[in-house]
Amino acid sequence: MNTQTDSSFSVVHPIDHLMRADRLPHILCAGCGIGTVIHSYVHAINEFGVDEDRHVCVSGIGCSGRAAGYVNVDSYHTTHGRALPFALGIAVYNPELTVTVISGDGDLMAIGGNHFIHAARRNANLNVICINNFNYGMTGGQVGPTTPVGAKGTTAPQGSVEHPFNLPHLAKAAGASFVARWTVLHVRQFTDAVLRAMNKKGFCFIEVLAPCPTSFGRRNNLGEGLDEVEMYRQRCRIENGAQDLEPLDIDIVDHEQTITVGNFVDIERAAFLA
Amino acid sequence: MAKTAAKIVPPQPVSRVVTGTHFMLGDHACAEGAMAAGLDFFGGYPITPSTEVAEHLATRLPAVGGKYVQMEDELGSIAAIIGASVAGARSFTATSGPGFSLMMENIGLAAMMEIPIVIVDVMRASPSTGLPTMVGQADILQARWGSHGDYGVVAYCPSSPQECFELTIDAFNAADRYRVPVFILMDEVVGHMAERVVIPDADKIPHVSRKRPQTKPGVEPFLPYAPDKDLVPPMAHAGEGYKVHMTGLTHDERGYPHLTADTHNQLINRLIDKVRLNAPDIIDYEERHVDDAETVVIAYGCTARSARAAVDYARSDGLKCGLLRPKTIWPFPATRIERLINKGSVQRFIVPEVNLGQLRREIERITQLPVVGLNHAGGEMPTPKAILEVIKS
Ligand SMILES: Cc1ncc(C[n+]2csc(CCOP(=O)(O)OP(=O)(O)O)c2C)c(N)n1
Ligand code: SF4
Ligand SMILES: [Mg+2]
Repeated sequence: MNTQTDSSFSVVHPIDHLMRADRLPHILCAGCGIGTVIHSYVHAINEFGVDEDRHVCVSGIGCSGRAAGYVNVDSYHTTHGRALPFALGIAVYNPELTVTVISGDGDLMAIGGNHFIHAARRNANLNVICINNFNYGMTGGQVGPTTPVGAKGTTAPQGSVEHPFNLPHLAKAAGASFVARWTVLHVRQFTDAVLRAMNKKGFCFIEVLAPCPTSFGRRNNLGEGLDEVEMYRQRCRIENGAQDLEPLDIDIVDHEQTITVGNFVDIERAAFLA
Repeated sequence: MAKTAAKIVPPQPVSRVVTGTHFMLGDHACAEGAMAAGLDFFGGYPITPSTEVAEHLATRLPAVGGKYVQMEDELGSIAAIIGASVAGARSFTATSGPGFSLMMENIGLAAMMEIPIVIVDVMRASPSTGLPTMVGQADILQARWGSHGDYGVVAYCPSSPQECFELTIDAFNAADRYRVPVFILMDEVVGHMAERVVIPDADKIPHVSRKRPQTKPGVEPFLPYAPDKDLVPPMAHAGEGYKVHMTGLTHDERGYPHLTADTHNQLINRLIDKVRLNAPDIIDYEERHVDDAETVVIAYGCTARSARAAVDYARSDGLKCGLLRPKTIWPFPATRIERLINKGSVQRFIVPEVNLGQLRREIERITQLPVVGLNHAGGEMPTPKAILEVIKS
C-alpha cells in the first residue's frame, strides 16, 4: 500500500481493489513471470467495463495455478488439470459471468489436455490464459508437454527428446475462436488480447511465455528472469493474423531462432450454451 | 458468418414434477427424482448401467430450462458439476464403477471446498471393467473412503424404483443442507428394474435450501468458511459480489490457504463432524420384525428385496427373524444396531451382499455377536431361498 501523503498523488493504486492484498507476501520467486500475467489480467478487468462482480477466475494446480488466489474476484483454485471443466460448469450454468481460466502449461496441456481440446471443440464461453514457462515449475523443474527438444529438466537431465505442443496451432485446430501468443514482455499487447477475449463469446485462448528462472531458466542458460525477458525482446517477431500456425514451434535452445507472437485467430463460431 | 448449428430448440417446456402413477425403470425414477428436486445442471459420461439416467435427463432437463452437458470423461463430469454448484446450481452426475473411480480426486475437492454435489453410482460387478451389464454392490467402501484423506459423505441405497425417486430427492437436500458430496448407490438390478412409481404433487416434494450469507456483499465482511453451530458455513455463489476464494488446499475461515498442521487438523475434524454430529438427522432405515428377533438380516439395495422375502418365509415358519434395511449406508446406522443388540434378543446377524463382505466388516466393528456373510462377487444376487437357508442354519 502506497503511504505517500503528498495530495498530488493518489494513495490508491487503480488495481488495488482487484488484488487480495491481505494475501501478501505471495509465494512466487523473484524474476517469475506469473505476477506480470496476473497484473495484466486485473488491468483487463479494470478496463473491461463490466461489473467486477461478474468476473470469475479459475485455476488448476501449479505456480501458475496460484493466480486465482491473488485476484479479488470470485476465484477457485481447483485440482491439477481440472480448471477447464470446473470453469465450464460455471460458464454454462451462468452465461452472464465472464469466466477466465489462468493456469500452467503442465496443468492445461498435460494432465488437462483432453479437457482443453474438448472445451475448444465445443467453443465453450471461456477465456483461457496458459502461462507457458516450458516446465513444471512448482514441482521443481520437470519436463512437460511444452518443453522444447533439447531443453533440460530434472526428469530429462540430458535434454528433452520429446516433441512439444505448439499451443496456438493446437488451439486453432481444436476449434478456438480467438488464439494469441504473447510474452510477459508484451504487457500491452497481452492485456489487449485478454480484453479482446473478454469481449468475445466462445473459446478464447492466449498463450503467454513467462520466465521461470528457478526451475527452468537456470538449467537452460537463460539467466535470471529479466535475462529471459531480454531474450524475448531480441527473438520475438510480431505477426498478427498469421495464417499458418504450424511453423510456430518454439526453439528455446537455439538463440538464432525467432519466436513468433501475435493475435493469430479471431473467427466467429457459435459459442457453446452461451 | 456465424454458424447457428449449436442453437438447439428445446422441446415445449413440461412439468418438472410428473405427478401420477407410473411404471418406471429405476434409472428413470432416479432421473425424475433429480428433476423433482430442482436439478439445474447435469454433466455426465455414458456408462452401463447408469446411462438411462443421463439419456432420460437429456430430454427432460433442457425442456424445463436446465443445462445438460455430455462431458469428455468422468474427470470432466465431476469437475463441471462442482463448478456449476459453486455458481448456485443443483448439480448431478450419473456413473458406474469405472467412472466413479475416475471421480475420486474431485470428490475430495468437493468435500474440502464444501460444495454440494450429487452422484448416482449404479453399481455393476467390478473391479475394473468387470461385468458391465451385471449386478454388483462392491463400491460401498469406495464411496466412503475412495478419495485420499479423511472427509465426510452421505450415501443412500435404494431398493426399488420408488425409492430411487424418493432418495434422490433426499440426496439433493442433504447435499445442500450439509455442503457435502452425496451419493446414491444404486445397483444394476434396481436401476434396470421397472416397477410402480408414485410421484406426488409438486408441493409435496421435500425441499431444503442451501444456507446463504446473511450479510450484504461488499458492505459487510463475509467469511466463507466460518461455520454456524451445526458446523456448516453459509455458501455464497459465484457472481453475487462476495468475491470468495475457494481452494482444495488447507484453508482458514476466509478461504485462504493456511498451510499449518493446526489449521488442517481443525478443518478436517470439522468436515468429519459435520456429518457425524448431524447423523441422527440424516440416517434413514426400514425395520421389519426386529423387536423380538434372534436373527437380524441386514441388507440393502437389491439384496434387501430377497432378504425381505426370506425373513417373511422364516417368520411364517415360526423363526424369530427380522430385517434391518439401511437406506443410508453412510453415515452408517451403527447406533441403531447397538440399540438392537442392547435389547438382548439378538443372537446373530446375517449380511447378504453382492461383494465379498464390505458392509459386514462395518457391523463386525460394533459387535461381538456372530456376523454371518452370504456373499457373491458379482453378476448375480442372492435368492430368498439362499438367505432362508442361512437363517435356518
Ligand atoms: C493429480 C496430481 N498430479 C500431480 C500433482 C503435482 N503437481 C503439482 S503442480 C504440477 C505441475 C504444474 O506445472 P504447470 O501447470 O506447468 O505450472 P507451473 O508450476 O509451471 O506454473 C504437478 C505435476 C498434483 N498436484 N496433482
Ligand atoms: S518455480 Fe518458477 S514458476 Fe514457480 S514461482 Fe518460481 S519462478 Fe515462478
Ligand atoms: Mg509450467
